Amino acid sequence: MAERRHDLAEEPAVKRGEPGVLLEVKGLSTDFVMNRGTVHAAIDVSFSVREGEVLAIVGESGSGKSVTSLSVMRLLQRPGRVIAGEVLFRGRDLLELPEKEMRAIRGDQMSMIFQEPMTSLNPVFTIENQLVESIRTHMKLDRKAAFERAVRMLGLVGIPSPEKRLKDYPHQMSGGMRQRVMTAMALSCRPQLLIADEPTTALDVTIQAQILSLIGHLREKIGMAVLLITHDLGVVAETADRVVVMYCGRVVEEAASEELFDRPLHPYTLGLLRSIPSMEDTEDDEALYMVPGMVPNPLNLPAGCAFEDRCERRGARCTSEVPELYEAKGRKVRCFLYDPAGVEGLCA
Amino acid sequence: MTEPLLSIRHLSKHFPVDTDLLGRTTSVLKAVDDLSLDIYPGETFGLVGESGCGKTTVGKMLVNLYRPTSGEILYGGRDLAKLTTSERRAYHREIQLIFQDPYSSLNPRMTVGDIVSEPIRVNRLLPPDKVDDRVSYLLNCVGLSANCKNRYAHEFSGGQRQRIGIARALAMEPKLIVCDEPVSALDVSIQAQVLNLLSDLSDQFGLTYLFIAHGLNVVKHVSDRVGVMYLGRLVEVAEKRELYRNPVHPYTKALLSAIPVTNPAHRRERILLEGTVASPIDPPPGCRFCSRCYAKPEGAGGCDSEMPELVEVSPGHFVSCHLFAAEEGDQEMRALHEEAR
Repeated sequence: MAERRHDLAEEPAVKRGEPGVLLEVKGLSTDFVMNRGTVHAAIDVSFSVREGEVLAIVGESGSGKSVTSLSVMRLLQRPGRVIAGEVLFRGRDLLELPEKEMRAIRGDQMSMIFQEPMTSLNPVFTIENQLVESIRTHMKLDRKAAFERAVRMLGLVGIPSPEKRLKDYPHQMSGGMRQRVMTAMALSCRPQLLIADEPTTALDVTIQAQILSLIGHLREKIGMAVLLITHDLGVVAETADRVVVMYCGRVVEEAASEELFDRPLHPYTLGLLRSIPSMEDTEDDEALYMVPGMVPNPLNLPAGCAFEDRCERRGARCTSEVPELYEAKGRKVRCFLYDPAGVEGLCA
Repeated sequence: MTEPLLSIRHLSKHFPVDTDLLGRTTSVLKAVDDLSLDIYPGETFGLVGESGCGKTTVGKMLVNLYRPTSGEILYGGRDLAKLTTSERRAYHREIQLIFQDPYSSLNPRMTVGDIVSEPIRVNRLLPPDKVDDRVSYLLNCVGLSANCKNRYAHEFSGGQRQRIGIARALAMEPKLIVCDEPVSALDVSIQAQVLNLLSDLSDQFGLTYLFIAHGLNVVKHVSDRVGVMYLGRLVEVAEKRELYRNPVHPYTKALLSAIPVTNPAHRRERILLEGTVASPIDPPPGCRFCSRCYAKPEGAGGCDSEMPELVEVSPGHFVSCHLFAAEEGDQEMRALHEEAR
């Protein structure tokens, strides 16, 4: 630990001014057009990430969280296509940029850690090759300086004897090691925004704790903002400042992390929180709460609220109309229960 | 005192990883090393540990997918290795396995009806005309409708596939089911459904589970007793509540503290482990956790040279750590441990 602290101290701190909005996503919609039909993977998704903030997007598989992050990075593969919306990074719309400029931003001002540490590294090049290449491309350093930086980054992410490990090929490393290499690569050019798509899902809990604490340290040190994509609510509770909950391609709730866990509003968020086996010291072994039913077929989403047939509190409107994202007291929720015009309202 | 349903005695599984010119093994991977535990009828025994600690290997040895290098597996008092062919067939009926990955563990070319009825037909458990009813019954038991029979596995979601896998295991009317990470591939809301199903089935059919998982909160929810593994060795075994309330092994403590929880009131003070899990290939003598241990005394008195024995620290609570060595003379070590706490 002492050694790592020392390494961190070498990384010059960034002066922080007023936290402005770094990334703003407005009305982003992404479709996958396939032979069998069109999947609306992300529907009118809006959120913003302020400088130095950790925003988490949570949701289960198929909720559109990864598609959203790939759309932001413009790494979406066919047949996926952004059909509407804006992605403003420091006020510039990334979706309008020519590919060449986008490439300069990617890895430099914003970088991404992918879900699969096993497949995200190129198996035929050594770690050195891959890490030094990305540092040289973005930071315009000579080979020697880039090598030194690579060694330092690997040390920073807690890889023992980094000079030696740089000569390794990805297959010679364990999953945790590869995820650290990915993290080192993503952080090596001091991005302002780190998009981390399930950065710890493939890892063991003790290694996960190490990686998360590392991201936390770096965030404090270099003032980077993090867009954290995950399905693990525990990770969210411990790292995020704000949380966006997605279900079937739509944002269903947005709130400050503490408020969300303290008082979830949307029935889906509530169900999700209640179905986690708790670590609480309980005497009785009651059955776990379960959200009944399952996620609807993305090719054939219901006309009304997508959560309607699994919801305990559905009403007459839920089957026919999609609720808006109602906003009150700094929280947003997409549910008729909180319609200000309705009986209960958000303040009830 | 009830007799254990299954007793594992000094079980080891070593895989040769390197041989010299003459084909002699020069390097071994000790996946499971000298593991002993008992599983009693009707209980759920949770086995936790990180990837590569050997928990899946234990499960595979129980269902005879791997042959142990040494040690015994006693089922109803008989050694598994000494069973005759027909006895072994009966044993296999009584012990079934549920796999982690519901996508690759179901044959994509078979209908659900075929998948679930195959074990019944192969073992001639029922006359052919009764099989169909039995399959419908089993599917109902796991919460699927009987008209799923003619559909293929790819038409189902992960949670439903896991249910099909459970129905297939139930078809053999087993006594013990080895569940190898049955929910780790599923979404949270589906996880809860499958966990509840497993506990309902255990009541309904009087099943005993060996529940293998890496998620301590999942294991806590389902288990009666829990064993923690680290690099092929069992480091701590205790009744569930005791283990979660009062973990004594430094590794168990670190593992419990590393779980992210949503309620800040349940958060434990995080113990960050240094370094990565050591390699199980040609492990050094001494405690396997020694290189990452934060509680070992100065000079590591014996931790790096001697393997600690599993000793009982309180009734039913066993730990393998030099801080809790059996000898009475070790007061000093305990005092050190108290300080470390």
